[in-house]
Amino acid sequence: MTKGVDVDLENVWIRFGDFVAVREANVNIKGGEFFSFLGPSGCGKTTILRSVSGFLEPSEGNVRIGGRDMAGIGPNKRPTALIFQNLALFPLMKIWENITFSMEVKGASKAERRKRADELLDMIALPDQGEKLPSELSGGQKQRVAIARALCAEPDVLLLDEPLSALDLKLRQHMRTELREIQQRVGITFIYITHDQGEALTMSDNVAVMRAGIIDQIGSGHTVYNDPATPFVASFVGENNVFRGKVKSIDGDMALVSTNRTGELLARIATTVQGSLKVGDPAMMFVRPEALNIAPDISSAPNRFAAMVKHEEFEGQIYNVFLEGSEGKEIKMSLVNIGKERQSAEGMNLTLEYVPEQAIVLPAGELASE
Amino acid sequence: MNVGQLFKDFFAKNGIGLGTFLLVAVLFWVVILIVLPQLSMLDFSFRHHLPPPEMGGPKDTYTIEHYKYLVLGAPGADTSYNVVDLGVFGRTLLAALFVTILDLLLCYPLAYYLGQSRGGGAIRILVLLLIIPYWINEILRAFAFRIIFGESGLINEMMLAMGLISNPVDFIRANVALYAGLGYAYILLMIFPIYNVIESLDRNQIEAARDMGAPWWRIHWRIVIPYAKPGISSGCTMVFMLSAGALAAPQILGGPSSLWFTQIIYQWFNTGGNWPRGAAFAIVLLVTCIIIVLSMMRLFKVKIGDIGK
Repeated sequence: MTKGVDVDLENVWIRFGDFVAVREANVNIKGGEFFSFLGPSGCGKTTILRSVSGFLEPSEGNVRIGGRDMAGIGPNKRPTALIFQNLALFPLMKIWENITFSMEVKGASKAERRKRADELLDMIALPDQGEKLPSELSGGQKQRVAIARALCAEPDVLLLDEPLSALDLKLRQHMRTELREIQQRVGITFIYITHDQGEALTMSDNVAVMRAGIIDQIGSGHTVYNDPATPFVASFVGENNVFRGKVKSIDGDMALVSTNRTGELLARIATTVQGSLKVGDPAMMFVRPEALNIAPDISSAPNRFAAMVKHEEFEGQIYNVFLEGSEGKEIKMSLVNIGKERQSAEGMNLTLEYVPEQAIVLPAGELASE
Repeated sequence: MNVGQLFKDFFAKNGIGLGTFLLVAVLFWVVILIVLPQLSMLDFSFRHHLPPPEMGGPKDTYTIEHYKYLVLGAPGADTSYNVVDLGVFGRTLLAALFVTILDLLLCYPLAYYLGQSRGGGAIRILVLLLIIPYWINEILRAFAFRIIFGESGLINEMMLAMGLISNPVDFIRANVALYAGLGYAYILLMIFPIYNVIESLDRNQIEAARDMGAPWWRIHWRIVIPYAKPGISSGCTMVFMLSAGALAAPQILGGPSSLWFTQIIYQWFNTGGNWPRGAAFAIVLLVTCIIIVLSMMRLFKVKIGDIGK
């Protein structure tokens, strides 16, 4: 198999009439990398994918694949293969014909195609299914056939447009692992589009988080989760409790935020805004549900606040505890189920605490709407 | 499931009133309006041509003389086969086939374009433009074509003015007007079944094929046409059957030397006053058309159930 090649977007703008679908995208995707575009629907991630696959040309800027400018090169001439959201298997062709369609286009003989189809069917663990029609396979099997069909073209870059969204939870989780394995085996560049942060974080080497045509942050899953660059990233990737307020004081990379409803809270300034965030700036403080814990005593501290338990949800490995802070502020806390007796009960007044380094301060900005 | 259960379910689903109406309406339509008239024509075609007083009399027996006449001609004729009628018969079928293929070539691209461009004002106007001409009745349309294709018609005048020809072309004699008129008459019957199927074709399949390097003709050959096959065969069946059975257009637009088989049937029924012979000829036309359609469907591997889709 070919080694993956770099994909570069340089100052890419994509407009539909007056509507700007993608604004000044600059992305460097390294060869052999599993790269995800993560964002809510309508954020422009599929548009970016279509500009890489060649179904649309950017209004401005360049798309480069393996260093080669792709302007004016159609989708049938690019070294990319696209897996569609609905897979788009050809319903009237047998599985082996589906898989080897790209070879048929190039004029390969039937014997060659059969042989290659059998190899690929072995790879996706569906031997002897070649003679069936797509409608005779299950969802997960079709998924694998779509992957095999895309790989058969021996692309340098595989583009995946939310291909797992139609599968049920268990199968989706299984396919995540499988996709990652296939990617590491074939070593080509994968560009993955998803609105599911779980998929993006588990599979990707790097993630670009998008909002309304703008790429807010590019980084590893760790980085976008633990050190978000904007309030949107902080609230879209995973869950977060948001406290609005103003920066009261700064000490090194830590800031004390005087929040509107919950008093003064201490947190770490996000890496990207260290140095630019000033005392008196409107700010947002984020602390994740799993970073919150029940304090051993009720003494007050800048990393503690009081709240009353409203109700609980039991999810198996965790309890989600929904609380009400002062002035009706809603707070969510996740406690790991370690088999001990529950420490909280409805109506109970608790003091919550967190490790200040695990909470993040960012300049106030737009949040992801639920 | 037995028949009784089927009826019970049918009435349970639709209620007694609506169920009875549906059942009676469909039975009336199928039995009274389709099956019985055809059966009586079939019966007619095997009877002697007798003056009314002798009908039902001792001479009124079954015979195959009219079928024999179509194949062998009148007893004691110069040729051993009925060259004239069989010739017209064959020519009619070939011409109907030609009209069908012409319509398919014209309509497939149009139907593809209509089906794949999602909605939009321009599409609605285009569809309207296709439908409006059908508000005009058949006779008027046929005569309009006669005027357009006539020796001093629009087309000849234009070509003369542009200097493309020095003498008017006789489009009527060359049957150009007839083919154009028939093709035009059944365009919608070809477009809509194909359009219906193509509209439901997932556009991603076309993009997927393109992404895998397929040129446009291979996309049509491997993806679109196989998918549209039920629509194509449904359109072709209707256009072929109706062209072969057309009467007004050949009457008005046909050249003097070219007779349509329906015109011969019409003559036997009407001027000839020989109903049994007309019935026999009509039955032969019907059965032949059905055989052609069924064998075509077999050749292109289309199931009869697919046409209803």
